[in-house]
Amino acid sequence: MEPVTSINTKPQTRIGVYVCHCGSNIAQTVNCPKVSETASKLEDVVISKDIAYACSEPGQQEILDDIHEHGLDRIVVASCSPRLHEPTFRQMMQSAGLNPYLLEMANLREQCSWVHLNEPDDATQKAEDLVKMAVSRARLLQPLEEEKLPLTKRTLIIGGGIAGIQASLDLADNGYEVVLVEKNASIGGTMAHLDKTFPTMDCSI
Amino acid sequence: MTDVGRHPLIKLHTMSEIVDVKGYVGNFDIKILKKARYVSEEDCTACGDCATACPVVRPDEFNLGLSSRKAIFTPFPQAVPSAYVININECLGHNPVVCAKCLEACEKGCINFHMSDDEIEERVGSIVVATGLEPYDPTELDEYGYTRFENVLTSLEFERLVNAGGPTKGKLIRPTDRRLPKSVGFIQCVGSRSARKGSSYCSNTCCMNTIKSTLVLKEHYPDIDIKVFYIDIRAVGKGFEDLFMRSRRLGVHYLRGLPGNVEELPNHSMRVAVENTVTGLLEFFNLEMLVLALGMKPAKSTRRLQEMLGLQLTSDGFFLEAHPKLKPVDAASRGIFYAGCAESPKDIKESVTQASAAAVRAIRLMHKGEIYTEPITSEIDPEKCTACGMCAEVCPYNAITKGIRKKTPSVVNTAACAGCGTCAAECPYDAIVMNHFTDGQINNQIDSMLEKSSQEKILVFACNWCSYAGADYAGVSRLQYPSNVRIIRTMCSGRVDEKFIFNGFLNGAPVVLVSGCHIGDCHYIDANRWTEKRVKKIRKKMEKLGIRPERLQLEWISAAEGSRFAEIMGRMEKLRQGVSMQEISETIEILRNRGKKPKTE
Repeated sequence: MEPVTSINTKPQTRIGVYVCHCGSNIAQTVNCPKVSETASKLEDVVISKDIAYACSEPGQQEILDDIHEHGLDRIVVASCSPRLHEPTFRQMMQSAGLNPYLLEMANLREQCSWVHLNEPDDATQKAEDLVKMAVSRARLLQPLEEEKLPLTKRTLIIGGGIAGIQASLDLADNGYEVVLVEKNASIGGTMAHLDKTFPTMDCSI
Repeated sequence: MTDVGRHPLIKLHTMSEIVDVKGYVGNFDIKILKKARYVSEEDCTACGDCATACPVVRPDEFNLGLSSRKAIFTPFPQAVPSAYVININECLGHNPVVCAKCLEACEKGCINFHMSDDEIEERVGSIVVATGLEPYDPTELDEYGYTRFENVLTSLEFERLVNAGGPTKGKLIRPTDRRLPKSVGFIQCVGSRSARKGSSYCSNTCCMNTIKSTLVLKEHYPDIDIKVFYIDIRAVGKGFEDLFMRSRRLGVHYLRGLPGNVEELPNHSMRVAVENTVTGLLEFFNLEMLVLALGMKPAKSTRRLQEMLGLQLTSDGFFLEAHPKLKPVDAASRGIFYAGCAESPKDIKESVTQASAAAVRAIRLMHKGEIYTEPITSEIDPEKCTACGMCAEVCPYNAITKGIRKKTPSVVNTAACAGCGTCAAECPYDAIVMNHFTDGQINNQIDSMLEKSSQEKILVFACNWCSYAGADYAGVSRLQYPSNVRIIRTMCSGRVDEKFIFNGFLNGAPVVLVSGCHIGDCHYIDANRWTEKRVKKIRKKMEKLGIRPERLQLEWISAAEGSRFAEIMGRMEKLRQGVSMQEISETIEILRNRGKKPKTE
């Protein structure tokens, strides 16, 4: 097998597309095999597959294997919202030796199958468009390097009620400095007003 | 509470509020305004001699006005810190001619009238928002007579009355005649589960709180007659049903139905009219005391903090978590976590659980002592930059240093850049590259979306934090909207360049929608104000060119407004149907010709 590091130096872009069924979440509305087939005809797409659960261990492994086998350098995952699983797939990219910013996601669940439940044909057409858009964007993605910064090991806690008190003690008992800010003259919050508290029926303070 | 006061790693600022937050995850710079206490926290032993000497008598807030305190006081006996405090607005003043009796009474000399409000700066790596709740104010629910009848109390006032540390040492008395009431009625859902007044959500704790109160009453006064008026009893926690059954076994009468009207009788008892929804009959009860089970509202400081920290709220006004199942204590902004009722109404056990979860999430973030920042920042091409300074002007973070002239171009400080992309959208010379959301990448998306049947599609730009999340929320809620909507995500609506919009129209888009966070809620301080200005400017340009400006729309949609997102998509589709093929062709023609003319900008 060709070493992975040499892939980025190839002049030609090699994109892999993965259309996730998300069980039935996407597949019951969107015709995933059809979307994958349409995507396979797009420029620079080397491989296109539909896949049961892209985020699962076997799903990720399948993508990883393809990256190595087909020398892919950019990945499009068409599944749920990037707000949910973008970190998952970025990690997968990293483990394959690819820059995590060479990943693009198409949102086929929250913004397609779930909002067009009764229009499978239109939803499939939309999914094809979303994948096409993602591929065209992926083509121009550039590797980016994250910057490492020093971090202050201290926590600000706003509010000294029962929640603020508990969080402060947990952090402080673990050795972290805490700044607890309370607007009133004493901590305690609403809890301090209560007499007995359920379910134990003991006093609150 | 005392553990907090004496923990060497906890720095406690009471009488303090956050006034400013700068920086990001890992390194936030916080400004805190600490109000003067006028009593030394270190020296005061809470002996109380000062309060004995103080001549000013005021209602005690802790006991909700059911008892009195002095102008120098301790909030409650177990207060932390235990030091007394002076309410300076009530104090007669330190001029010896006027008063200063406390100064004389305090042997240790802890009182200092020259203390002033302090501004404190702290640097932290993470933030836990635990701002709690505000009880519902029942004065607007006048049918229960809270403002008119003295023997109608709130659940919190009742708590103080039965508390051994309260104004009556735990002896239950009626406010009018100071004797034990023979009967007490509890009205549930006051300010909760109502579409009319108060809030529509369930406040989660009031059922159990009332059940607890009935048990406390029955324990002390076995013969007392108790009625609970309810919609549903929600006793879903561990051991809760047992408490409910115990209360019923003790003879507490639970009656399904909320009173429609309460009147006061000459003996100051209440006549309660209620439709019993089990029997379907209108029933009347004479009760000597009524307790209103108050619902919870978000704390008053919520809105201000939300703006300062760039957070999102649900439609109920509580803080919105990053994900309801997978990230229930994380805010969408990295490094900020929620605990307790700030996020939603919850009881003590749930608050404690969530607080521990928030603490661990903060530790998980901090334990390495370093943090990786997303490289989604902007870069200036020194060849193209003319040092006009436009980018520096629009940057919400002052992250751009304006160049002096062409030879010394403007520079982006990447550590301070948060990646909204407003600079790239505003740069008149295309000299700024917004990494990961470049002109080329976004234009490619527009081109491929509109390649086929462009006249049938709606182009929507959505910002990552609010409107894109709102679209996701519409999905999670399974709200259906027209399937011809195509969303392009940017980090901020401020990134949406004039070029993108005209490129959309040039490629045959009938309607373009730019959407972002509501004004004041922008994740990038106020970058969306530039979006607003820009869209206005582009619409004027469209008008001049002969393109109907209505075809460009601007909407603010929050992360919690899934239904608003779906509703707006419906509106966009109506708008699209009003755009004819001919109009689209004319627009394309206009924009093609415009491209041929020399640039006039």
